[in-house]
Amino acid sequence: MIVELGHYTLVLALALAMVQSVVPVFGAKIGHLGLMRMANQTSIMMAVLISFSFGALTWAYVNSDFSVTNVWQNSHSLQPMLYKYSSVWGNHEGSLLLWVLILSLFASMVSIFGKNLPPELKANVLGVQAWILVAFLSFVLITSNPFERLDNPPLEGKDLNPILQDVGLAIHPPMLYIGYVGLSITFAFAMAALISGRLDAAWARWVRPWTLIAWIFLTAGIAMGSYWAYYELGWGGWWFWDPVENASFMPWLAATALLHSALVMEKREALKIWTVLLAIVAFSMSLLGTFLVRSGVLTSVHAFATDPERGVFILTILVLFIGGSLTLFVLRAGILKSGGLFAPISREGALVFNNLFLTSALATVLVGTLYPLMLEAVNGAKISVGPPFFNLTFGPLMMPLLLAVPFGPLLSWKRGDLLAALSHLYWAFGAALLAIILVIAFSSDAPILAALVIGLAFWLMIGAFAEISLRTDVRKNGLAKAFDRARGLPGSTWGTAFAHFGLGVTLLGIVSVSIFETEVIKAMKVGESATISGHQLTLKGINPRKASNYNEDIINFEVLSPKGEKFIMRPAKRIYTTRRMPTTESAINTSGFSQLYVSLGEVSENNLITVRMWWKPQVTLIWLGSLFMMFGGLLSLADRRLRVGAPKRAVKQAKVETDVQVPANG
Amino acid sequence: MVRFFDFNKRMKPVIKMLIIAMVLIPTQSLAVNPGEVLVDPVLEQRARNLSSKLRCLVCQNQSIDDSDASLAKDLRVLLRKRLVAGDSDEQVVDYIVSRYGEFVLLQPRFGFHTLILWSMPVALILIGFLVLLFRLKRRSTKDTLNLTEEENARITKLLGKVD
Repeated sequence: MIVELGHYTLVLALALAMVQSVVPVFGAKIGHLGLMRMANQTSIMMAVLISFSFGALTWAYVNSDFSVTNVWQNSHSLQPMLYKYSSVWGNHEGSLLLWVLILSLFASMVSIFGKNLPPELKANVLGVQAWILVAFLSFVLITSNPFERLDNPPLEGKDLNPILQDVGLAIHPPMLYIGYVGLSITFAFAMAALISGRLDAAWARWVRPWTLIAWIFLTAGIAMGSYWAYYELGWGGWWFWDPVENASFMPWLAATALLHSALVMEKREALKIWTVLLAIVAFSMSLLGTFLVRSGVLTSVHAFATDPERGVFILTILVLFIGGSLTLFVLRAGILKSGGLFAPISREGALVFNNLFLTSALATVLVGTLYPLMLEAVNGAKISVGPPFFNLTFGPLMMPLLLAVPFGPLLSWKRGDLLAALSHLYWAFGAALLAIILVIAFSSDAPILAALVIGLAFWLMIGAFAEISLRTDVRKNGLAKAFDRARGLPGSTWGTAFAHFGLGVTLLGIVSVSIFETEVIKAMKVGESATISGHQLTLKGINPRKASNYNEDIINFEVLSPKGEKFIMRPAKRIYTTRRMPTTESAINTSGFSQLYVSLGEVSENNLITVRMWWKPQVTLIWLGSLFMMFGGLLSLADRRLRVGAPKRAVKQAKVETDVQVPANG
Repeated sequence: MVRFFDFNKRMKPVIKMLIIAMVLIPTQSLAVNPGEVLVDPVLEQRARNLSSKLRCLVCQNQSIDDSDASLAKDLRVLLRKRLVAGDSDEQVVDYIVSRYGEFVLLQPRFGFHTLILWSMPVALILIGFLVLLFRLKRRSTKDTLNLTEEENARITKLLGKVD
């Protein structure tokens, strides 16, 4: 009964979404306040209904109700409780329901927190949100209904895919979806601006926090997914340029560009049209990602062709939204007046530079991901575009951008001084130079390029704090006053510093693990030893173990580290009983920022076990850097001046800015 | 009827591969087994470099270096055999491409069919800079010409006063 209710509330939500997609927009058009305000109630109602629906599916999973097809296909009564919960979104139908749930929650947040928004803007934003909801609710209900029942319910479920039975699944998809869907708010704001033809600094003030929230969650989701793949797949890699990964990386690149351009728009009223376009592009990338992952077009073009219903449906959504929004953009962008002149060397100029490189990188990843599909459609030729291509193109594209990062915050608005900026960066420059020299001196086999990139990482890390040091100036003010000043600096300044610092940390991790990693592959028997980067691993024995839904052989290694510490590492080979699917569980030992990684291969008849060992120097910096980036994002979000609740003053301030700025047309 | 899709030609190899994959993947093992490794470390390093750029044909998006599939193993052994026989890197890759098609290359070859793909990054940056430059020029000329006649008259008057 609860399951049927869940299905029913989802249909109700669709009906409400249909109403909300028309009435408030019409109200805004004719200036009817009542019609506009209706969206406030409907959006909250929808969130409640969809939450109930999601709760109903969760209830079915937790109680292992195998009369529901979706539960039967993806769950098992013996699964640990956490995985019963995460199984809800560990499949196509459930994950789409999660998508819709987050979308409706975001829409209700706009209606709750947006009390100070101009009513027309709010009505249009909620209307556009409802368009997206209509599209995805119909998609769920027509092609991917998670509430379908089985005629003859079986006693036991088919179990969740073993690779997904991990804490990673509990966290990674919700994070990523919050990021994806968070960009829908920015999109709705952009569309509302195009519909009404009004776009001022207050608009940017609204858009930036939402983009920031989406960006923080995207960063978390991608970093989390990367670490999950790293320890779960057992290949020791952390990024594969897999189309599915690219699908999440593209919205991140777009959101990063959007954050920076919204900054210019908010402070200087410039780049308006560009910012609106980026907002559209960012959400389009989210949709594209959903399409690529959900339609099956990536596994093979043929998978798409064999079950075309879902693929065609979501392709239609994609074309309607991306095509429609771009058309609207072309038709209406001319109305938006842009102002705020600036010299090429200026804060604005630096942010334009950032946008140029980020969008080019985005386009490169996009084309690289879709090229094989397009080429096959055009002339049937099958080619692959894999990691070597992306490393060769994306890498060099990032270098000039990273080099320029420390300059950005040091340049003043309108007209900046490059030399003056450089003179505040001598610490960063010195650190970079020192790092390069040290790498070349102490590691004879490292290529020069690697040394340069390590230098670049230090340039980023130290340079990130140049603005703070400039604005506090310890030498002039003394420690106490400098500390006071540092505390008084706006959150967004600290946020920028930490985010850019994190970028440097990640870069350092990437380059150091790709250059200095060592690997040993050895077939070992019990009692044998292997040595990797000073660690001695001895295979002590094999312990079989029975868990609730799998059996495993744990291989015990005693490790003697170069410092003389002794510890045990336990990689394992598992067989999941229901699907008869084997998996390998790697063992990881972290010391400092580096990790020792042990993974198992084949076990032959004479008990010879293939063991693959890696020493991964500074590998954790890759994810640690992303934590710094997220922290920076949070600091910026907490900035009082940007708080969502304070748009009144924002409007006033924006007005003053408009008055002083140089009029665009004389 | 015009046939857009030659089932025999296009699907049969795919189905064959899928069957191979279904049969073989469950015997999971790690990529690069100790038995495959060449004695000569220089040659082995070349083999590893090459195999990280070749696609495992039955996997989703894995190089033969990472893959556990037995087809990947066959390819690894094959390319090592060619290396030992004295082939250059290019010769090995050419040989494998001649047997499995360009699909096997994770780094697509530069050519007419990949022109857009490879030129994209550079072209975009160049176009971007040109557009910016063009706008900058247009703006600066516009600015100086933007004064009305009245304003021009005032400027002449003011300048006259200084003289």
